[in-house]
Amino acid sequence: MRTEAPATPLELVARSIRPSSTTVHAWLLLLPAMTLLALFTHWPALATFIDSFFSTPRPKRGATFVGLENYRQIVDDPIFWQALTNNLLFAIGTIPVSIGLALLMAVWVNDRIAGRTLVRMAYFTPTVLPMIAVANIWLFFYTPQYGLLAQLLSAFGGASYNWLGSKDTALLCVTIVAVWKEAGFFMIFYLAALQQIAPSLGEAAVLEGASRWYFFRRVQFPLLMPTTLFVLINAVINAFRTVDHIIVMTRGGPDNATSLLLFRIYELGFAFWDTSAAAALTMVLLTGLGAIALAQYIFLERRIHYR
Amino acid sequence: MSMRAASEAYAPTGASRLLETVAAWMLAGLWILPLLYALWTAFHPGEYSARFEVLAPVTLDNFSRAWSAAPFARYFLNTFVLVTLVLSGQLVLCTLAAYAFARSDFRGSNIAFALVLIQLMIMPDVLIVQNYKTMNMLGMLDSIPAIALPYVASAFGIFLLRQTFKTVPQELDEAARIEGAGAVQTLLRVYVPLAKPVYLAYGLVSVSYHWNNFLWPLIVTNSVESRPLTVGLQVFASTDQGIDWSIICAATLMTSAPLLIAFLLFQRQFVQSFMRVGIR
Repeated sequence: MRTEAPATPLELVARSIRPSSTTVHAWLLLLPAMTLLALFTHWPALATFIDSFFSTPRPKRGATFVGLENYRQIVDDPIFWQALTNNLLFAIGTIPVSIGLALLMAVWVNDRIAGRTLVRMAYFTPTVLPMIAVANIWLFFYTPQYGLLAQLLSAFGGASYNWLGSKDTALLCVTIVAVWKEAGFFMIFYLAALQQIAPSLGEAAVLEGASRWYFFRRVQFPLLMPTTLFVLINAVINAFRTVDHIIVMTRGGPDNATSLLLFRIYELGFAFWDTSAAAALTMVLLTGLGAIALAQYIFLERRIHYR
Repeated sequence: MSMRAASEAYAPTGASRLLETVAAWMLAGLWILPLLYALWTAFHPGEYSARFEVLAPVTLDNFSRAWSAAPFARYFLNTFVLVTLVLSGQLVLCTLAAYAFARSDFRGSNIAFALVLIQLMIMPDVLIVQNYKTMNMLGMLDSIPAIALPYVASAFGIFLLRQTFKTVPQELDEAARIEGAGAVQTLLRVYVPLAKPVYLAYGLVSVSYHWNNFLWPLIVTNSVESRPLTVGLQVFASTDQGIDWSIICAATLMTSAPLLIAFLLFQRQFVQSFMRVGIR
């Protein structure tokens, strides 16, 4: 259809000169995106790093260099350790449960059960709703005396309990909301992966007399490994950047029992206006998230190469 | 590609199939329960908000009271302007940048690409303190562009489109150029049409992300004129409403309704888009 003439010497020369103009063109194309990236990613990251070594500027006294003082303050701050512990517990609570549930949901929806479209919709719906909106609904759900949970319990003779107001249960309550919100999101990746597994594998396994559990454990699950890794990285990142429901439901309380790292940054920066402490804590969080995202990038590149 | 899954040979039969169906439905019921609960409360008078009676009168009163209690019309407009601004900015900037990365081997391309990918690690969600300072410096605090700008140059969008553009056959590019099309014309006539499904997927995910985004808009806005729905809802629900759950539930459903209805209508596209784009 298309005729490709061999390159003439003149064209070859032209091509060898071209890079300079190509470079200019390419950078012109990149300019708008690069400007915004510099302004809202590169500069703030650098400025946060620098600010973390200075004191917070106050009206009467400007910022002074304080070395590692802000970091020392973080280490000495019991609320930081509490927020870190909470965040790790929150991560340990949300990651395995939401991934496990996502896998279960995907396996169920993948089998041709009656009404699977409706079931899939029910699982996925929380994903499209704003976290802030569903947090309000869950807040009502947990409310003592009036809430659905309290009503259900009183029907069985249980006493009313302030689930979000108690240090023992508040973190668990916000963890459940996060699991509920993201399990359906992870389900769709498993569903897609399950549908890519060739039917002949199942048929062959049946002929070999393998049990369904054996087939899942030795064939399906290993084939789902890349998906699991992908979902895992996303779940970890979500566990460290999801704070909308904390702001709505508990504001970090009671007594910092539900304070997470990003919430603590928000609190330090915008409630106490201690921007230097917030900057140092941001650096701590960024270091952690950076390591995770790097793993994700390496994984994404690989996934695309092997496709 | 067959839609028949490998598990078909192991699809449960008889009693175990019934058991699995019942379990799947129970979990689905549990999953949708908070939403049903909010629907019940929003559509019934306050005294029924925690009493479930089949004959409870249905009312739209809670919605009209919520609507008049806070400037939701303005919040809807703000959110609409916000998602439009973010998405249109993202589409233009990411397309141009992705094209540069996909097709030309230019000087400094590796460094530039690394500078873009840094955003996957250092997300705007985390840089709230410094971005607030920057917006203050630019005199942009409390404006809709201030909410949008940190998200417009999306590393993920650039990455996704670069991967897509790379799959476009080089011959199509050359053919367009032989016909006398310039770089931008080639981009618009060859690359953009071929990447349509990716644009659609990215657009859906971007709109739902920014419709739902909360923390940064909460920090950077301070007035009715710039607040998006999520922040407006929070201000409404946390100020002196006397904790009237019927009205809060009505407001909550109202703010989620456009996205929820869109999802119910285009379920397939939503699920496929989220799947294709992966991370938000």
